[in-house]
Amino acid sequence: MAQLLVRRPTLLPDRLRARLRTGGPVQRAMLLTGALLTVLFVLTALLGPLLAPYGYAQLQDGGRLFGSQQHPSGAHPLGTTIAGYDVLSRTVWGARTALEIILAALLLSVVPGTVLGLASGYLGGRLDRLLVGLADALYAFPPLLLAIVMSIVISGGQSSLVGGLGAAACSVAVAFVPQYFRVVRAEVTRVKAEPFVDAARVIGTGTWRIMFRHVLRNSVRTLPLIFTINASEAILTLAGLGFLGFGIEPNSASEWGYDLNRSVADVTSGLWWTAIPPGLAIVLTVLGTTLLGESLTDLADPRLRRRGGTSTKATATATDGGADDD
Amino acid sequence: MSALTQDTPGAVATPADGAAGYGLARYLVVRFLLIIPTVFILVSLVFFLMRATGDPISAAFGDRLTPDQLQAKLHQAGYDRPLLTQYLDYLKSLATGDFGRTVTDNEPVTHVLGTYGAATVELACYALLVALAVGVPLGMVAATYRDRAPDAALRLFAVLTYATPVFFAGLLLKLVFAIQLGWLPASGRASTDVQLFLQNQTSTTGFYLVDAIRSGDGAAVADVLEHAVLPGVALGLLVAGILLRLVRTNLIGTLGADYVEAARSRGVAPFRLVTRHATRPALIPVVTVLGLQVAGLLGGAVLTETTFEWKGLGYELAHYLTVRDFPAVQGIVALFAVVVAVTNFLVDVVAALIDPRVRY
Amino acid sequence: MTDLLRIEDLHVTFDTDAGAAPAVKGVSLSVAPGEILALVGESGSGKTVTAKSVLGLLPATATAHGRVLLGDGTADPAEDVLAASPARLRALRGTHAAMVFQEPSTALNPVFTIGWQLTEGLRAHGHGGSKAERRTLAVEWLDKVGIPDPATRVNHYPHQLSGGQKQRAVIAMALALGTRLIVADEPTTALDVTVQAEILELLHRCRTDFGTAVLLITHNMGVVADLADRVAVMSEGEVVEQAPVRELFAAPAHPYTRELLAAVPVFGEQSRTPTSTTGDEQPVVRAAELVVDYPGRLGRKGFRAVEGVSFEIRPGEVLGLVGESGSGKTTIGRVVAGLTAATGGELTVFGEPLTARRRTRGRAGHIGYVFQDPAASFNPLLTIADSVAEPLTVHRRELGATAIRAEAEALLNSVHLPRSYADRYPHELSGGQRQRAALARALALRPPLIIADEPTSALDVSVQAKVLDLFTELQRELGFAALFISHDLAVVEQVADRVVVLHRGRIAASGSTAAVLGNPQDDYTRRLVASLPVADPVRQGRREHALDEGVAST
Repeated sequence: MAQLLVRRPTLLPDRLRARLRTGGPVQRAMLLTGALLTVLFVLTALLGPLLAPYGYAQLQDGGRLFGSQQHPSGAHPLGTTIAGYDVLSRTVWGARTALEIILAALLLSVVPGTVLGLASGYLGGRLDRLLVGLADALYAFPPLLLAIVMSIVISGGQSSLVGGLGAAACSVAVAFVPQYFRVVRAEVTRVKAEPFVDAARVIGTGTWRIMFRHVLRNSVRTLPLIFTINASEAILTLAGLGFLGFGIEPNSASEWGYDLNRSVADVTSGLWWTAIPPGLAIVLTVLGTTLLGESLTDLADPRLRRRGGTSTKATATATDGGADDD
Repeated sequence: MSALTQDTPGAVATPADGAAGYGLARYLVVRFLLIIPTVFILVSLVFFLMRATGDPISAAFGDRLTPDQLQAKLHQAGYDRPLLTQYLDYLKSLATGDFGRTVTDNEPVTHVLGTYGAATVELACYALLVALAVGVPLGMVAATYRDRAPDAALRLFAVLTYATPVFFAGLLLKLVFAIQLGWLPASGRASTDVQLFLQNQTSTTGFYLVDAIRSGDGAAVADVLEHAVLPGVALGLLVAGILLRLVRTNLIGTLGADYVEAARSRGVAPFRLVTRHATRPALIPVVTVLGLQVAGLLGGAVLTETTFEWKGLGYELAHYLTVRDFPAVQGIVALFAVVVAVTNFLVDVVAALIDPRVRY
Repeated sequence: MTDLLRIEDLHVTFDTDAGAAPAVKGVSLSVAPGEILALVGESGSGKTVTAKSVLGLLPATATAHGRVLLGDGTADPAEDVLAASPARLRALRGTHAAMVFQEPSTALNPVFTIGWQLTEGLRAHGHGGSKAERRTLAVEWLDKVGIPDPATRVNHYPHQLSGGQKQRAVIAMALALGTRLIVADEPTTALDVTVQAEILELLHRCRTDFGTAVLLITHNMGVVADLADRVAVMSEGEVVEQAPVRELFAAPAHPYTRELLAAVPVFGEQSRTPTSTTGDEQPVVRAAELVVDYPGRLGRKGFRAVEGVSFEIRPGEVLGLVGESGSGKTTIGRVVAGLTAATGGELTVFGEPLTARRRTRGRAGHIGYVFQDPAASFNPLLTIADSVAEPLTVHRRELGATAIRAEAEALLNSVHLPRSYADRYPHELSGGQRQRAALARALALRPPLIIADEPTSALDVSVQAKVLDLFTELQRELGFAALFISHDLAVVEQVADRVVVLHRGRIAASGSTAAVLGNPQDDYTRRLVASLPVADPVRQGRREHALDEGVAST
């Protein structure tokens, strides 16, 4: 049994650990910074109610209104917005909204994207051509515009009626389905051409068994990486949506993009505190997930590792030497 | 905006895949014809999605008109006919260049597109210029000094430009350079008087810089350029970061290629290896992937224009969205679809022209 | 006479994820002007690393000790490549030693013309004053290496040249800089055998016409016998034996060399007792006028891979399918297995005619298939036992998990794989072990027909010998019919009862192995046989003559 555990195929974490040991200081710094920022973001989202001094839609405390566009002070470390909300509280609560929507959106896009990609890539034929045409067309289209169109569809243009959060998640999700579809389909068509799939076909293995036992598991190995990377894009798309006024109304949740939209006029009159906190929150969150995703990709891709491709080839032959013990 | 997933060269079909071995002309014709289904799919999709929730008139005026008035308006605009008839009608009018009329101010959508399209194209050109000037050389530097200090700094820069939403970058630039330092104008395409002056020229192109140069008025040119700096940089940096990492990744790939080692084995100097032997093959996939960035550029343009009150299509789109004028939205979105499809075609042409495997 | 290259006690170590890995351990060699020294070894022996160190092309992960001295042949070699400054190293590269690579299509930059790439080396060393002069030089050199119409070819891009022409261009680039020593790293491995013969001839001419010495890195003993004056045999980072070529082949001193030479299948010296088949038995496979087209994409014209091919495989018979790349041999194997659809002709397998619809299911389980690349033919996420048991799990589910597992272990045992390997994953096995496991999987359902597509071409020669022996042994024992696909005439001669020679999708010759390969009647097979380098310097000398005739006749 113990032997079985030892002989698992090299999964990412093992490889990662090995690579980290030899990976350069740049890789290590990137990975650590990314992980740190991401953990910070998730913690802020989870502990939001404890960290934020006020609620996201709170306008008064003890019967006294906060007031509009108040300078930062003891009661309001980052001041208040034009509508009279506490900026710090809204920024903290915004992490929670972002996390909820990103998770929902990613799940909503990964599942259909993967299923369609697998079916299209493996079965081929007319279905494949149709889906590829659709996905290619959508892929070339700005995800933000797609998300806008979707949010019109979902909420009928009357934002926040059908639960702003769900609508936003669905809009973002739709924009990313083509991406997952493309990635999975490309992998599936690659894996499909591998001799081990031919081997299964010669044996007479049924289509479903081949698709799930042989193709799917070998095709989704890069998904965790894409997942991290797309999280960044989902946050940016959500923020863009909010910035254009298609996000979530301030009294149903706090959303950074919406707050930035409200602060455009403040910036013109020289007020900094309404724009910088939510903006910085977006930057740091995206920075975290991007660094994490990119360093993971870096470590998983031998071509992008610290030392050139020639070295990996040479070391492979060097270490393979005499391995053949027949 | 999908910068990272597109880093992988080969994720996109390069022209070489489909064209090696037969003429360039034939490839171009086939590639050109592919524009049609792309545009058709997008236009149809947007039409059906937008209409899935109801007709545009109820969306725009639903809460302001009596049911009778609404019915009359619906009938007048033909929205009470079967959806399929409306769809075929819409396609027919699109084919003749008629994008319909806006609901709120009853203007032909083509008029909106004509008036504001030039502004968006002008902004996109500035941004592309910034992106190319910044992204390509820095990408080359990063690949050359791979995993050393310059590379680390440049990669951080690239990730930062990507992580900063273009509207936040715009707000920051505005806050620092326009409000605090007062060096550059905060918003608009030109000062009011210059704008009037440019619009009163005998023949205008809509591109302010071109119009200003043609008027021969140096002050107007300077004014237009001053207004272009901040939006151009904000949007340009977004694409510059993507371009930087693309160039870096591909150049690292070609620097490790056998033919570069072969050149090295003949005594070619390192600088020339990077600038001549490795760069050209690395740029072919970069150009192809850059074509897909046009989509990101347009999405970014919508946000940038809103941030800087740059009265282009994106700005108008945001406006029509807030007033729920869906025919206008649909028209702008359809135009974006055409622009995306056509630029992707043009980019593939460029890629084919620099790739001898396609050319011969 | 003084040496051009002298390597003294070279050690190279690679810094890997798993720690330091020594690749070269104390190699000493020398090459005299005009000499051809072959450095022979199997994969991982350190021969390529040694070659790269001559030009200072080791990757950053490598650390090298010892001395690699280059000279110009007039004085004792004095320039230590390992100690040279970057600028000095650049000056040495190309002028004192030049490299010829294994894969000519990746060694040429796809986006620059042949002429431009040739003049780059000249430019780097300040040869030829002006651009126009360098261009003239380029045309001259292309002409000298036998590229037809050099004035036009100089403006062509690599993809417009054939594989052989590309390799000629790479050799021209080496010669143009006036190098005295060419380091050729497996220069013909990527090429078809007829093209290989031409390139070997050219390398031979480099010595006779230009006096260039060659350090030839190869795993192919036939190439060694054809070209080399002297041989150095490498194993696990060390040179185990050095000797003049005839001496080495006649009386190998080191046990490793003896083993290596014994494993090489020598063409024309093998006898296989043909399996006796009675003519009236129903054939396992009968193909008549088989045609296979691959459709073109994006309006491109399709490609006809197989045209009008007819053959039969009788029960218990091994049919060898021989051909160069693009001959359609793999396609035929895939069609018989039902992996690819035939476009025309008739194909009967086990007496049942092939129809497009019932391609796979009807014959499922009656055919075993062994693929070329043993690493890719196993699902990386399944254990060896799971993979070998897969045919049973699919077709004999009623046996139950325990019985299937026992059967899988018995199968592994029959291919001499220890039981402990059952729970390993494919990447934990060596190439030869994987290929034996592949054979076990193919035999799981005791199929009457096995298709083996280049089953040994990815393996080292000593491993190849063992896999071939195992194949022959199992075939004798179990009596299955086989379609054995290979590009290697010597291998086919060893295993096949009858042979079909394919050339560009058509049959060039067919008949009993001894008749077709021993006494070829058609031009193509004759050329193929004549091009084959034989691992025997004495016989090779005789063959050279035959090759000249063969080439002249085409």
